Formats: sequence, structure tokens, C-alpha cells
Amino acid sequence: MTDPVWILGIHMTKFGKHPDKDVVDLGAEATMAALADAGMTMADVGILAAGNLLGSGGGFGQQLQKQVGQTGIPVYNVANACATGATALRTAIMAVKAGEVDVGLAVGVEKLAGAGLLGGGGKSKSDGDEWQPAGRYGAVAPIDGRIGTETMPGVFAQIGMEYSHRYGGADFDLFARISEKNHAHSTLNPLAAYQKRFTVDEIKNDVMIAYPNTRPMCSANCDGGAAAVVVSDEKLRSLSGDQQRRAVKVAASVLTTDPWEDACQVLPNVNTLTRNAARTAYEQAGVGPDDLDLVELHDCFATAELVHYDNLMLCEEGGAADFFESGAPWRDGTTPVNVSGGLQSKGHPISATGIANVWEVCHHLRGEAGDRQIEGASVGLAHVIGLGSACGVHILERHAA
Amino acid sequence: MAEQIPLVDYLVLGDEPHLVAHECTSCGARFFDRRNACASCFGTEFRDVDVPDEGTLRSFTIVAHAAPGIPVPFVSGIVDCDGTAVRGNVINVDPDPDHVRLGMTLRLATYSLGTDQQGTEAIGFGFEPTEAT
Repeated sequence: MTDPVWILGIHMTKFGKHPDKDVVDLGAEATMAALADAGMTMADVGILAAGNLLGSGGGFGQQLQKQVGQTGIPVYNVANACATGATALRTAIMAVKAGEVDVGLAVGVEKLAGAGLLGGGGKSKSDGDEWQPAGRYGAVAPIDGRIGTETMPGVFAQIGMEYSHRYGGADFDLFARISEKNHAHSTLNPLAAYQKRFTVDEIKNDVMIAYPNTRPMCSANCDGGAAAVVVSDEKLRSLSGDQQRRAVKVAASVLTTDPWEDACQVLPNVNTLTRNAARTAYEQAGVGPDDLDLVELHDCFATAELVHYDNLMLCEEGGAADFFESGAPWRDGTTPVNVSGGLQSKGHPISATGIANVWEVCHHLRGEAGDRQIEGASVGLAHVIGLGSACGVHILERHAA
Repeated sequence: MAEQIPLVDYLVLGDEPHLVAHECTSCGARFFDRRNACASCFGTEFRDVDVPDEGTLRSFTIVAHAAPGIPVPFVSGIVDCDGTAVRGNVINVDPDPDHVRLGMTLRLATYSLGTDQQGTEAIGFGFEPTEAT
């Protein structure tokens, strides 16, 4: 049993529109606040793991250093789609765990306000003068829209509908009610991009994007950043009582990819890699799903939240619809899920998400979540999926003392 | 008759259009694109196999918003063709949840994408209901 790693300082910026700030500004804001929360400066930090997919033109970590402090420490610029933030955090944790550094910093930032549909397009959709086979399938024309869909709302709609086909119990109405829950939760989160409650009818009658996902059932593209300072157990014991009391234990830190399975070449399987990550995380932490006081899971679409109830083993296999119908994932239920408002209303600035959900859990474990505090929270889980695929799961525990 | 070209190389045209997959000779895993080694068992030998042209609809979405230039709405489906999962549009059906249902039986169908300046016609594929919906 190795010594635990601790989150000493963590911060999430307001999610939403930040037209006056670029990605480096947002990253710097998150970094400075996380360092202040930790009671540290860049002089203490031994490694920086940085994530940004769009807008920095590469080398985001080095650009960030120039904004907040260039000390010559190693920078790892990481990318793992929507799991980029969790990958940065895990990279910093691994460096501390390996004993190479006492203090690591992880930062994730994205500017996505107004980005529109993600996943499809990317090249001209106009057909050429001559049919010319190209690419891995020898395609003579773009296949998005001709051989199924490549846009995220449609891909994740199919993921939810496949679950419905396999187990039953989930329909348009149930998916809309999952979204209703998260939007209701968001009204208590001042940092959420949207804090508006919707009725189920309003959700169902909103603009259809990819059945059964209407617009409010899709993650909100927005700007945001998040950063975390992690320290070794030995380092923590050298710090003040207040720093020790507020430190949050990283009880499990896991990253997985999707193993080969039939059908994964035509529809990404986000289930097995999440199940594998959860199983490993519960083993590492020595806790089970029943011990969790809150869960922040990757509800990039309402259809995705449903399958992850099952994948994270919050319910029996095949029982996700019943789990939701029981009221369990509402904030007053037995396993509150996405009390932040989730990606559908808090927002989803891709690379920030995997640290922002850890911030949300830490906020509750420290008893600092204000109006949305889950009383007495002592253990929580944060989960992200990056399509392609990567899954990050972190289990966090309140400091015992 | 003008020449025809398939939308993708795993669509075989002719009197009985069908899909073809590269099957790992060791474990039977099937792939529509080339692999250096089987993603499942790392075997390096593959043979071409015909994919059954009938299947059941295992999942779908009705896409109402897509990238510019893609006609909407369209139905994107995952079709289980006797054990081989295939991605394709569900065509020749009204694109609404009353007419597209999980578990419905579908068969492969082809359609024209148009003719280029050389007179070559591109042929795409989708899956259509075997019975009236």
C-alpha cells in the first residue's frame, strides 16, 4: 500500500462566455486560484500537466508558464478528448506517486462558447467533379450523414437507445426527465453556465438535435478552466493544520481505454471501459458504490447519463431506468448524481471538465458547497469519458481529522 | 451502361449488392477497414467474408441537426446483421419515432449518389424496412 496523494488546492472558473479572456487567461485564472487555495506558489510546483484541445495552437502548458511563472519544471501537454482534464490530473498524481516530485499542478482549459456541433464536419461536404476513393474506407464522398452519423449528439443518442433496446424501460420521456434533474440542480450552482430550471415538456418540445436528444439534453458548449494542486502524503504532513484539514484524499485515480468488442468499430462502446475503470477504482479506494455520497458523471448528453448509472455500478446491471425512477440520483436521493448541474447546464469546456468535476466533489467533501452542499459528504466519485475512447475515474475522500 | 463505383470499398455492387468484411482467421473478429493485426487477438491473417444483408435495428437516432451540406432529417442506425454490427442510414422510411423502431427487421438497399463528369455513378447503401411500417 503506497502513501496516498492529496488534492491540496483546486479551483474552477465560472463556466460560460468569457469573450474578454483567451485560453491562457482562463488557465492562468484557474492556476492562480488553485495555488492560492493550496497556500503555494509556482516555486513549490515540480511538474505541470496541462490540457487544452482548441485555441492555444499547441504548447499550452508552456504558454501558461509564461503567464504565471517560468521555473523550468517539466511540462506534459496532454490530450484525451473529453477526458483531457482527468488525464492531466492523473499525470500529476502519477508524478507525485512515483516520488519524482512533492507537488504537482494539473490544469485544463477550453473556449467553446458558440462552437456548435462537435464531431462531424471538419472537411468540405461538397462532392467533387470525379468520384475518387479516399481514406480508410475508400470512400468517394464524405460518409457522415450517408453512413450513419458522426456528430456527438447522434452518437450518444445511439448509445442511450442501444441501452434501451437491450434492457428496456428508457424512452424519450425518461431521457428528458434526466435532463430535468440536472437543470434543476444547476439552479444552486452560481458557477454553472446555465442556471435555469426547465419542465419536462419544455425539454421535450425544445429544438430536436438528434432524437431523443433535444437541445437542453445536450452538453452546453462554453468557456472555462480548472486547476488542481496535488501533494504527497509526506509533504502534506509538513503543512499547517488548516491545509491538512482541507486536503482531499485521492483514494483512487484510474484511466482506461476501450478494449476490443464486437460492434465497437461502428458504435463507440463507452460502457466497458467505464465499468473497468469503476471496478479498479472501487478496489483501489476500498469502497463500493453504496458508500458514495455524491457522483459527478459524464452526462455529455441525457442519453449518456443513463448508461453510466449502470457502468459505475450505481444500480444493478440493466437497472438504470429503475434507478432513475426511484429518485436515487436527485440531490435528495440515495446517490446524488450531478448536483453541479452536470455538463448539460454547468457546461462542458472539454479539457476543463475532468478537473472541474473533481472540484465539485472536493467542494462538498470540504463542506464548502454553500446552498448545494450535500450534508456530511465524505466520499465522492468523478467520472469522464473522452470518445475514442478514454475514461477517467477519481474517488475522493474527506480528510479524516 | 454507365460505370458504377461504390460509396465505400466494403460495398460490393453487382446483381446482389452486399457488404464485405475482413475477418480475422484466428478469432473471427470482423473489420470494415484494414488492420495490421486483429484488435481482438492480434492475429495477422484476414479473409474477406460476405455480411448478411438482413438484420435487426439495435440502435438508432434521428439526426435533425448535422454539419452543413448534410440533408436532414435522416435516420442513423446500428444494424445487427446476424452477429456483424453495421452502421448505416435507415432509408425508405418516414424519419420519425412512429415508423423507426428498435428491433425492426431491415435489409440492405442501395441508391444513387449521382453521376460525375466522367459519367460514373456512385452507389451508396442503407437499410430499409422489410415490412411496411
